[in-house]
Amino acid sequence: MTKILDQPRYVCALGAMRTVQSIPGAIPILHSGPGCAEKLNNNAAGNSGHFSPNIFPCTSISEKEVVFGGNDKLKATIENALKVINAELFVVLTGCTSEIVGDRIEEISREFQQQGKPVVYVNTPGFKGNNILGHDWVLSGIFDQFLSKEKVAIEKGCVNLFAGPPLYDPYWLGNLRAIEQLLTKLGLKPNTIFGHGRGIANIKKIPAAELNILVSPWAGIQSVQLLHEKFGTPYLHYPVLPIGAFETSKFLRAVAIAAGISTAEAEKVIAASEAEYYYYIERYANTFLELRIMSKRFTVISDAQYSLAVTKFLTNDLGMFPTKQFITDDTPTERRPLIEDEFKKLNYGIEAEVEFSTNGYDIHEQIAKVDFSGIPLIFGSSYEKKLSNRLEGLYVNISYPMLEKLVINSSLAGYDGGLKLLEDIYTVGMSRLVL
Amino acid sequence: MKIKSINLSSSNVRTRESRLGSITGYHGDLVDLTQQSRCGHVKNRERCFSQSSTCLSSCAISQLTRIMDVAVIYHTPAGCTAVAPGSTVIGEQLAVKVAKKYETVIIGSDMNEVDTIFGGLTSLREIILKTIDTYHPKALFIASSCVSGVIGEDIDGLVSDLKDELDIPIVAIHCEGFKSRIWASGFDIADHAVLQGIVKPPKEKRQVINFKNFYESHRQEITELFAEFGLETQFLYTNASVEDLSHISESVATVCICGTLGTYLGNALESLYGVPYIRTINPMGVIGYESWLREIGRVINKTDQVEAYIERERAIYLPQITELAKQLTGLRAVIGMGPGYTYEVARVLQELGIEVVWAAAWHYDRQHDNGQPPPAMDFLEKHAVNNFPMSVTDQQNFEVMNILKRHQPDLYFSRHPGSTVWAVKQGVAAVYVADEYMIFGYKGMISFAKTILDTVRNRSFEKNLAAHTAMPYTDWWYQQSIDALLEE
Repeated sequence: MTKILDQPRYVCALGAMRTVQSIPGAIPILHSGPGCAEKLNNNAAGNSGHFSPNIFPCTSISEKEVVFGGNDKLKATIENALKVINAELFVVLTGCTSEIVGDRIEEISREFQQQGKPVVYVNTPGFKGNNILGHDWVLSGIFDQFLSKEKVAIEKGCVNLFAGPPLYDPYWLGNLRAIEQLLTKLGLKPNTIFGHGRGIANIKKIPAAELNILVSPWAGIQSVQLLHEKFGTPYLHYPVLPIGAFETSKFLRAVAIAAGISTAEAEKVIAASEAEYYYYIERYANTFLELRIMSKRFTVISDAQYSLAVTKFLTNDLGMFPTKQFITDDTPTERRPLIEDEFKKLNYGIEAEVEFSTNGYDIHEQIAKVDFSGIPLIFGSSYEKKLSNRLEGLYVNISYPMLEKLVINSSLAGYDGGLKLLEDIYTVGMSRLVL
Repeated sequence: MKIKSINLSSSNVRTRESRLGSITGYHGDLVDLTQQSRCGHVKNRERCFSQSSTCLSSCAISQLTRIMDVAVIYHTPAGCTAVAPGSTVIGEQLAVKVAKKYETVIIGSDMNEVDTIFGGLTSLREIILKTIDTYHPKALFIASSCVSGVIGEDIDGLVSDLKDELDIPIVAIHCEGFKSRIWASGFDIADHAVLQGIVKPPKEKRQVINFKNFYESHRQEITELFAEFGLETQFLYTNASVEDLSHISESVATVCICGTLGTYLGNALESLYGVPYIRTINPMGVIGYESWLREIGRVINKTDQVEAYIERERAIYLPQITELAKQLTGLRAVIGMGPGYTYEVARVLQELGIEVVWAAAWHYDRQHDNGQPPPAMDFLEKHAVNNFPMSVTDQQNFEVMNILKRHQPDLYFSRHPGSTVWAVKQGVAAVYVADEYMIFGYKGMISFAKTILDTVRNRSFEKNLAAHTAMPYTDWWYQQSIDALLEE
């Protein structure tokens, strides 16, 4: 069937350059056109860090390389990148053209590895998959080539944690830190590789973990499985980003079982966290109950992560009702049943209908026909603003593309993340009290 | 004058390298560059190391999607369509100004591996028909990409077939990113498509001036300015409709806010339909604005009105500008921008008494489409207060940082997303000359001068940030000469 990408909500595999960029000390080397990185970077804020796309070495493929091949250019670019840029790890990523013309990327990268240079390569041509798959390939490539197979001593309580794709999920770092804190409360020592204060040393520490935790419906599953095969580390794949008390407590129980933490210990943490969470909910419950323009029904048009997470939160914590939900991240077919199943596991036997689609126009037309029994509450990307205006709805931008909202380090994950999302929802509601 | 390089019977535009002798690598100075240009050839120096920069397709598509109610169908994997969200949001924000709804869309074919082997023209055709059915666009642009280019998809053939079936303009645009290192070629590609598919031969003369700019932040001021001379303004391409564009061959003249942006369209309209193209330095700073106005006055036969306007405005604004310039005199600056701005801003800074210690342009056009050197270079050759060092740096940040480290200017002026922050991290204050009207006319000159003053009077941000960050480059690099990685 012809696929129409209308209102694109993902980019291509090379977009996973941002996964590399988010590991302090690591920089991508792009064997691609000169403007690929700038384009892929277009819609994300938070890009002027230590390495940014205009620092990424790039072979800047021109007609000459298309005709004669770009092997020499790649070699010279890596060689000079090692001289010009201070980095601990260089990750060669390929774009479409270099893959089609058949450049010897692996061979050239391996030559540098053999000289003891910190160079790895990952094939990320745009036509092979989107940035969410690319994120997984990049992690797998780094773990496979950069980590040696040698046995290391396992560190008691150490768990590796992975969540949403960096710089694609606007809340990637806030969420990661929030989940880290939750794990710390359980007495675990979470190890993450992204963001301030983390980096290459944390990658090296990965084999020492007792458990890998992946909090994501499908992004990153391949790399966690690779770690299982390579180091025998068991993993917990928790498909729902926990937002609010219900899901976060459930998550903590699942982690406790997987990590061998006693139920009593976990329940102590959960009880204390829920008590604090409900202190706030109690104080603001009148706002949630009495803001006269809010209806009970909502829809989410987002990646699998937020469609699922917001649906769980609003249904199970707030007692709201999901209408049809949409997943726009081109989830691979084999990953869909697990996600569809999760949408059926809501309180009181509520099940949400979910559709996977990349046709934004069609999604909007479907939502226009939905009965919200009041003012529509719409979660999604920048594209949903127009839909919301058309339906005179309330709109919260939670996922890519996010062009009219700035997220620095805030988080939607955990107990506090639920409160943050409520702030966003009711700020929109309170700014429009007239029906 | 007929311009041979403009050929509407082909869907391909010759690149700037071949049409305009443009280059992306040079290291020298003003006198040398202008001398080489005069002799008809400036030698390009390739790089053996480069950092990521820009793709010509971004320029082409960002121009076309400013037109109202059109669809760009992009035959490419999902990465290239990353331009869509920004384009949509900007379009919606800009349309507010004219109280219209922005309905232009970018639709991707999301090419996958199978498409790269067997081709994706069948699905592309379906997507085109579906798009027409869904959005009812007033014109269609079918864009190729690196992938569709390398695998040889016959987009021209498809467009030619569909032309007979459709009652709206459909144009193929060739924006394979690898075909030119000069992303401003994308402006030419967009202009070529508009000329090929939308502009109709004139039926009558209209008292309208074509005004090419980017985001029309001063739409009202420009409208009032030309109204003073009895002209209606047709802004290009932001907020213009397909119907508007079909008539631009009937206008009295074409002017442009930036020569790099306007060369193809302006010269083509003159060559094909006799619409005079106003080729002057850009209307930036006092000298630029007045030269531009006077040439407009000459072309539209309104010299007296223009002179009266200049005299009136001068009396109001010149004393303020002179006063500000006194406070700026003696500051030292480095410039890093596209060529449409580098040489213009160099002139403006000299007007304000600021010393240009280095001018880096992202590329250099030895000539414009009329065969003449870019007016700003011509002006600098004749009037620059000193011969300053220059380079053509293709947005190569490592070269710019080396320049800044060596010359330690008071200010860095840049005009490209992501460029200011590196200067600031290196401790140099940066002014982002983003909006094309930032130095427009007398009033723009005043606010620009005040922005510079504010920047040098409060250096807190760069001081704080530089103290808390490290640069990504090695000491080795800073010890090399600026052109060390340019091949001979």
